[in-house]
Amino acid sequence: MISTLPRPVWLRTATVLYVAAFLLFLFLPLTTVAVFAFNNAPYPAPPWRGFTLDWFLGNASAGRVGLFHDTELLGSIVTSLIVACWVTVVSVIIGTANSFLMERFEFPGKQALSVLMLVPLVIPGVILGISILALSSRIAELADTLFGWDLDFLRPGLPLVVAGQFSYIATITTLMISARLKRFDRTLEEAALNLGASHAAVLRTITFPYLRPAMIGSAAISFLMSFENFNTTLMLVGADAPLTVTMYGRMREGASPVLNAVSLFLMLASAALALSLLRGGRRSA
Amino acid sequence: MVDAADPLSQPAWRRRLVLTWLLAPALLWLLLLIVLPHIDLALLSLRRRIAPHVYQPSLLQFKTFFTEPLYWQVFVRTAVISALATALTLLVAFPAAWVITKVARGRASSLLFVVCLIPFWVSETVRALGWLILLRESGVLPSLLVKLGLTPVPVELLYHDATILVGLVYTSLLFMVVPLVNSLESLDNALIEAAYNLGASGASILRHIVIPHAAPGITAGCIIVFMLTLGNYLTPTLLGGKNSQWFTELIYTQFIVRFNWEQGAAFGFLLLGLSTAMVALGLRLSGQRFVDVMRRT
Repeated sequence: MISTLPRPVWLRTATVLYVAAFLLFLFLPLTTVAVFAFNNAPYPAPPWRGFTLDWFLGNASAGRVGLFHDTELLGSIVTSLIVACWVTVVSVIIGTANSFLMERFEFPGKQALSVLMLVPLVIPGVILGISILALSSRIAELADTLFGWDLDFLRPGLPLVVAGQFSYIATITTLMISARLKRFDRTLEEAALNLGASHAAVLRTITFPYLRPAMIGSAAISFLMSFENFNTTLMLVGADAPLTVTMYGRMREGASPVLNAVSLFLMLASAALALSLLRGGRRSA
Repeated sequence: MVDAADPLSQPAWRRRLVLTWLLAPALLWLLLLIVLPHIDLALLSLRRRIAPHVYQPSLLQFKTFFTEPLYWQVFVRTAVISALATALTLLVAFPAAWVITKVARGRASSLLFVVCLIPFWVSETVRALGWLILLRESGVLPSLLVKLGLTPVPVELLYHDATILVGLVYTSLLFMVVPLVNSLESLDNALIEAAYNLGASGASILRHIVIPHAAPGITAGCIIVFMLTLGNYLTPTLLGGKNSQWFTELIYTQFIVRFNWEQGAAFGFLLLGLSTAMVALGLRLSGQRFVDVMRRT
């Protein structure tokens, strides 16, 4: 029952036990991953054989390739970063444009468009991936047979991965930025216009600064979702695999603790991003 | 929103120009990446190859699905496990959301909420890796069971349906906790106190006050969790191994491994159909609009 009502002892005990079990369930997998990044053994499995930093620092001459010398993993991190940057920039720009479109303009078919904008969220990621793969490959095929053009960017590869991830992340940025634009007090803009400011100046000095927290927040979410995306990426990936795909491949082969090391890095990076967002959110609130 | 009463609004031609420039990217995005690819996928699924580069309209792929037991069995299995995972997620998440909104107070409440969200900032791959290390035969839990004397030799905890369920529930928790917390937060404690003072039991308060109030959040959470589980690929294949028999895996095999795009496209549409049907059903049952549900989460 709620905190203001008397609760019998058994219920309180049950609540505490439940919360403890819930937290254990949440954090057990993650702590395990982190701990075994430091185990001095060739496989991430018990028993504990002592502390080592080999899985971070080791190189081929030591017999163990650590994260900092694993060119394949480092390369895929760079690939993921490049993809995530593109997806973030494009999604935030389009999301901002969409939110102005939906909040400030009336046009025929607006209702239908607003529903269509939400559709990408309810399409399973695998299907987004194969549908984009099928269409782009067929267009590339057609261009090749009709004109002899070699449209490389339509073949599986990073441009398609960016397009596939963008196709649904744009919905998220649109929702986040629209939600803030909706709460904007338009009398501020009117006052500035009355005082002789140009429309461009109003946008630059009033509307965009107001939207900035939502744009930064949605940029962080986009970056994270892109970096972590697996389903859509798997279908569209070419020769350069982003991190999640590389990790998946290695996990199917039977992983060495270097995967734990890279996972620990991901956790720290996510935590840093989350903390800075929380702090930023508090300041702007 | 051309506002005639506003003398400061831009001239009509300029507004039209801006509208065009804002409309263009939205339409390009939705047409090129959502609408056209799905039309193309539909066309692909409805044709059959009779010779190299020669095709004919056909329902062959859908017929194969229904006549080949393996295919529809995997489909049904995926749907059933997804439904089970959704129900379990609700059971696990509801008490947590209740504690966050109604039992814990002030800082403890918001701290607990943030703590609940943290694991989901980490990639699903990492979370699956955690379960692999915990559950595999040489892993942490089996060796713990041996040490405790519960099993004589390490048992393989991976590659069971229950393992897939655990993994799916774990991955989905966030998408259930957030809508539940949002809907329970707006429930006025005074209602519960009044019912309690009038002698209602805990069960009847839950049934007549809490669940009706939280229904929109429950539906929204269930819809999203079911959809995400159905479309999941990583968790079932890693935790279920060869026994996972997940429908998205069939799609991947047809598309990428066998290069049978027609069959893969048909499978894709069947999955999309099931997912859409469940979303529609959930909305119908709770009498909500799609737009409101998506906004809520």
